[in-house]
Amino acid sequence: MKRIYLDHSATTYLDKRVRRVMDSFWEENFGNPSSLYKEGRKAKKALDKARADIASLIGSRSDEIIFTGGGTESDNLAIFGVVKALGSRTPKPHIITTKIEHHAVLNAVKNLEKEGFEATYLNVDGNGLVDPADVKQALRPETALVSVMYANNEIGAIQPISEISKIIEKYRKDKLESGIKEKTPLFHTDACQAAGYLEMDVRKLGVDLMTVNGSKIYGPKGIGFLYVKSGVKLKPIIYGGGQEKDLRSGTENVPAIAGLAKSFKIAQKEKKKESARLIKLRDKLAQGILKTIPKTVLNGHPKKRLPNNVNVSILGIEGESAVLYLDAYGVSASTGSACTSLRLEPSHVISALGRPSEYSHSSLRFTLGRKTGEKEINYILRILPEVVKILRKISSLKTSDEV
Amino acid sequence: MRKKTVKKFKKDINVVNQITGEGWVYSDTVKKHFFYPKNLLLKDPEPGDFDAEGTAGSPACGDMMRMWIKIDPKTERIKKLKWRTFGCASAIASTSMFSEMATEKGGMTVNEALKIRPQDILKRLGGLPERKIHCSVLADQAFRKTVDNYFRARLPVRQKIRKTKAG
Repeated sequence: MKRIYLDHSATTYLDKRVRRVMDSFWEENFGNPSSLYKEGRKAKKALDKARADIASLIGSRSDEIIFTGGGTESDNLAIFGVVKALGSRTPKPHIITTKIEHHAVLNAVKNLEKEGFEATYLNVDGNGLVDPADVKQALRPETALVSVMYANNEIGAIQPISEISKIIEKYRKDKLESGIKEKTPLFHTDACQAAGYLEMDVRKLGVDLMTVNGSKIYGPKGIGFLYVKSGVKLKPIIYGGGQEKDLRSGTENVPAIAGLAKSFKIAQKEKKKESARLIKLRDKLAQGILKTIPKTVLNGHPKKRLPNNVNVSILGIEGESAVLYLDAYGVSASTGSACTSLRLEPSHVISALGRPSEYSHSSLRFTLGRKTGEKEINYILRILPEVVKILRKISSLKTSDEV
Repeated sequence: MRKKTVKKFKKDINVVNQITGEGWVYSDTVKKHFFYPKNLLLKDPEPGDFDAEGTAGSPACGDMMRMWIKIDPKTERIKKLKWRTFGCASAIASTSMFSEMATEKGGMTVNEALKIRPQDILKRLGGLPERKIHCSVLADQAFRKTVDNYFRARLPVRQKIRKTKAG
């Protein structure tokens, strides 16, 4: 049976055009970019080109791009890097983030809390959106960093990043005028899920730090970059030979970096057309589910969401069971149910929407991709009601119960 | 010393099936009971279909099951045991397996069935991922609740019988 992969927010396959670019870096062009001789120079050239390509895509300078080992590492470098560079002038530093961040941000901030930092976790509204006014209210003179994700991985909610950055910019200006010379708070955004679909110009977004990785944009896994605005002070979290402006030591992963640049280039070039195509399919799937299956709700904002994200709670059924049934029908999807997480906790994102935990346990996420078409969506709309019917028959919860 | 660390490490990987040693993989028996559950209550029961009903778990935790039993009052054997479960694959499979164990070969007596432990269910299922056991194997608890309700419902009857006998 042909599989229907609808979990592109978990990870994507490698685009053939990307693989072709990467191919030459395994045997032919294998040098270490730090070496002075020809092989090294060749590798250095490829590294510089990738950096310049990415910089032009986000409207930054080349030297503002730091390659890392992926999204998690970029998030960690942004957060720990900023606080480590603070010095002793901020006695009790404060960090602002949201309740729906990826664990790479959330757990990094929680870790800092244990070390004596203070943290504010901003609420989101019922649609998963952060209110910029809440950011404004949470800012304090000792706030070192604000980290708000660009688009959420579970519910696809797109946050008002440029509005938030304006608030932060103004706060910084006022602070400077009042005589405090520190350039804080800094603003970081995790843009891993956004990179394939949304505006990525850092000047327009107004961010100081931005995380992007390869594995969500049809690029290689284990590679990412952190945009660090020039002038932003950062300390490394990995020490060694001083590569990447001393911020990320270790021989550069040239094949993956070249692949990341290519995949990002393709994604940005095709994003307008691809987004328009996916939005149609997304809305067809979401509307179809809500219409044909009773007791279902859409999680996340109906419009301000990623073009490829459908997240629904189908009350009375449990996510893991649904995922396994869909798997048997040849469909790959995911759930926010605790039963598939390593922590035995239901999704913190769906819980943050202010709904009872049953909604998390019954949530299903379908994330569409380049190979998803009408045919695939029609198939889901045909089989999902069957699966739900079976599982609701097994379920001890009546759908009329208060779930 | 080294052995100890290895053991500790192994214990931490709680997604591993303690019988097969595989991670995150459900046994064929689990899959069979998940996709084709036994003794599932399909239609809402009519009054008199069952003697008692019981519930364990809660939907907030992600697993909740309901059980219905019909007992032969003379032999105290389980004539019928039906269930419904809101939960993951292992919750569904383990309840299905419990129902099979309690009703096969003419049915266990209530006392025999009360002795079924989660380990016994696991053994018959060919194991489960370790971390699934505490949250999803609730069938024995649901059964105990159901049996409690069964005896509680009969209590006045017994007392009545005793009273009439005494009178």
